[in-house]
Amino acid sequence: MIRSHFGVLAIAATVVLAGCGEDKKAQAPATLTIAIGSVAPLTGGIAHLGKDNENGARLAVEEANAAKIRIGGKEAVFQFLAEDDQEDAKVGNTVAQKLVDAKVAGVVGHLNSGTSIPASNIYSGANIPMITGSATNPELTERGLKGVFRVVGRDDQQGPAVANYLIANAKPKVVAVIDDATAYGKGLANEVEKTLTAAGVKVLAREQGTNKTVDWKAVLTKLKGRGPDAVFYGGMDSTGGPLLKQGRELGIKAVFSFGDGACTEKMGEFAGSGADGLLCSQAGIPPQAASKKFLDAYKKRFNTDPILYAPFTYDAANLLIDAMKQADSADAAKYLPVLQKIDFAGATGRISFDEKGDRKDAEMTIFTMKGGKLLPIAIIKSGKTTKYEDFVAQSTAPAADVAKK
Amino acid sequence: MDIFIQQVINGLTLGAVYAMVALGYTMVYGIIQLINFAHGEVVMIGAMVAFSVIGALAPSGLPPLAIVLIAAGCAIPVCMLLGYVMERVAYRPLRGAPRLAPLITAIGVSIILQHLAMMIWSRNPLAFPQIIKVESYHFAGATISSVQIAILAISLAMMAGLAALVYRTRLGTAMRATAHNPQVAGLMGIDANRIIALTFVIGAALAAVAGVMVASYYGIAHYAMGSQLGLKAFCAAVLGGIGNIPGAMLGGVLLGVVEALGAGYIGDLTGNMFGSNYQDVFAFIVLIAVLVFRPSGLLGERVGDRA
Repeated sequence: MIRSHFGVLAIAATVVLAGCGEDKKAQAPATLTIAIGSVAPLTGGIAHLGKDNENGARLAVEEANAAKIRIGGKEAVFQFLAEDDQEDAKVGNTVAQKLVDAKVAGVVGHLNSGTSIPASNIYSGANIPMITGSATNPELTERGLKGVFRVVGRDDQQGPAVANYLIANAKPKVVAVIDDATAYGKGLANEVEKTLTAAGVKVLAREQGTNKTVDWKAVLTKLKGRGPDAVFYGGMDSTGGPLLKQGRELGIKAVFSFGDGACTEKMGEFAGSGADGLLCSQAGIPPQAASKKFLDAYKKRFNTDPILYAPFTYDAANLLIDAMKQADSADAAKYLPVLQKIDFAGATGRISFDEKGDRKDAEMTIFTMKGGKLLPIAIIKSGKTTKYEDFVAQSTAPAADVAKK
Repeated sequence: MDIFIQQVINGLTLGAVYAMVALGYTMVYGIIQLINFAHGEVVMIGAMVAFSVIGALAPSGLPPLAIVLIAAGCAIPVCMLLGYVMERVAYRPLRGAPRLAPLITAIGVSIILQHLAMMIWSRNPLAFPQIIKVESYHFAGATISSVQIAILAISLAMMAGLAALVYRTRLGTAMRATAHNPQVAGLMGIDANRIIALTFVIGAALAAVAGVMVASYYGIAHYAMGSQLGLKAFCAAVLGGIGNIPGAMLGGVLLGVVEALGAGYIGDLTGNMFGSNYQDVFAFIVLIAVLVFRPSGLLGERVGDRA
């Protein structure tokens, strides 16, 4: 009941807003209002990452408005509808329905796999394309849903990448694997465990926390008794930071290794010198390797640097806009086939999709932490490992190229 | 055995924090039968104020211990003021209202405080500065850090101080009298409104200290940190018998130890069928078991519901 009221209100507000715009520009050339949704957790433990994702998409939309793109013979006015899914699948579905009711043309999001997977059913059912800039769980694109895309790599690429790097460099005999019991954390931890076991490394019984756990002492004390050489955690930085800090306090000397959710500079802040030697992966190129044009524009607009996946949500929004431009229509039936076959030079390099909606040849980056700074050390692409310096030197796409408009 | 001792130390530290926060719930409930759901947010504000003060003073070259004491010295009055304002604005006008009304305003205050903190201190999880070097001491194979020792010592001292205040001073007598029967206490010349406001203020001071302790223990402060902690502390208060001050202390420590042992051993006991993420479930099973047999909590008295 309440929800339907909100839906009506949202539509009413859109109609009123659209109406106002038309009134004012009665004499100006006709405009076409296109709504683009963005969903990420804007409150709660990883609200900082959610804001980062939202900012990336917002920047793309603002640039598109400034560029006065014409679609279907009218000047396109992009409306940016940012929603908060609170990192919660139920709330995620509610806001997804809200965006559907508001008749958005496309959605950038969600941030988490655990919210993206259920929400993708809603968008796909309403024929609204969605592109996530950060959800890495394979299941998102494995269910054959139409119009579901991602511009980052998958955890069945990321898990083996980080696990193999860990095996090759830390040479562990016994590894403890922990996750935060979310679709993302658990999925990634499973992939890592699979790779480790296949390589003959002993993996201890899985330990789990939640996406709100800050007290890891009990779990770590238990693990300490089993003496692992390495600890892998699948989860986000707001829980991974305390995990790392408390592990070092308890005197655990093992190598810690995290996935992309906890591969941020926050680790150095939380764990201090204990974070040195951390090995972690991101399911794409590092934010600092995104195009300079994007980095400058982001810094200028938001007065801060992108944290993690802002370059990817920026590209995701631009992909939607570019596909609409090429199809000369904001109607998903017309621009979705274009999006499926797109070849786009984005802030994170060339982007095209396979038939599932996954990014072709997605990069994985391995980082280590030194003196509180995350340093990219290797890029893994199509199973090949390249040293980061070599990647930057030989790559023409991400660092040098600028997003084509 | 050494791992068992370590788990008990972990649990006692956590429990001491729970106990400090639980006291705030139980004192307020004891006096006006209100569950002040915004109490967890007071803990958060205490941590955040201390975070800002430490951040501002860290470059000044003062001794680290002095900086932490100044930070706590700023957090306590801010939280006390907050506790007073909260009572004055959101609860006192509803004193005669049905009991659900102040419960809802409490939830409202909690949401407002959280978002206020989000606006002031940003959405980022903040790394609480570790300016005092943490020393670790080893005994019997277990490790105890100086932060853990400090938490245990400070919370013991604060709880002893509170017990002395409530059971040994005129103010404490007035508080207990008001809790027993506000009307009659009023007839005896006790200003019930003043006593109730003071209860909020004292609870908020304890919450401020708990906030500083929990933030420095985990090294993280976040605008949403209060809700989870508040919920746990509320359960600890119920476990011990809500309204009963020694009960809150016992409930807090017990809940902390049960959680730590649950997380540490639940996997082994169930053949890894349940992992450590079931530690909360484990803690709540204990809570339910206690409440089934002792509905008024471990130390709660069986009293008829007052009108």
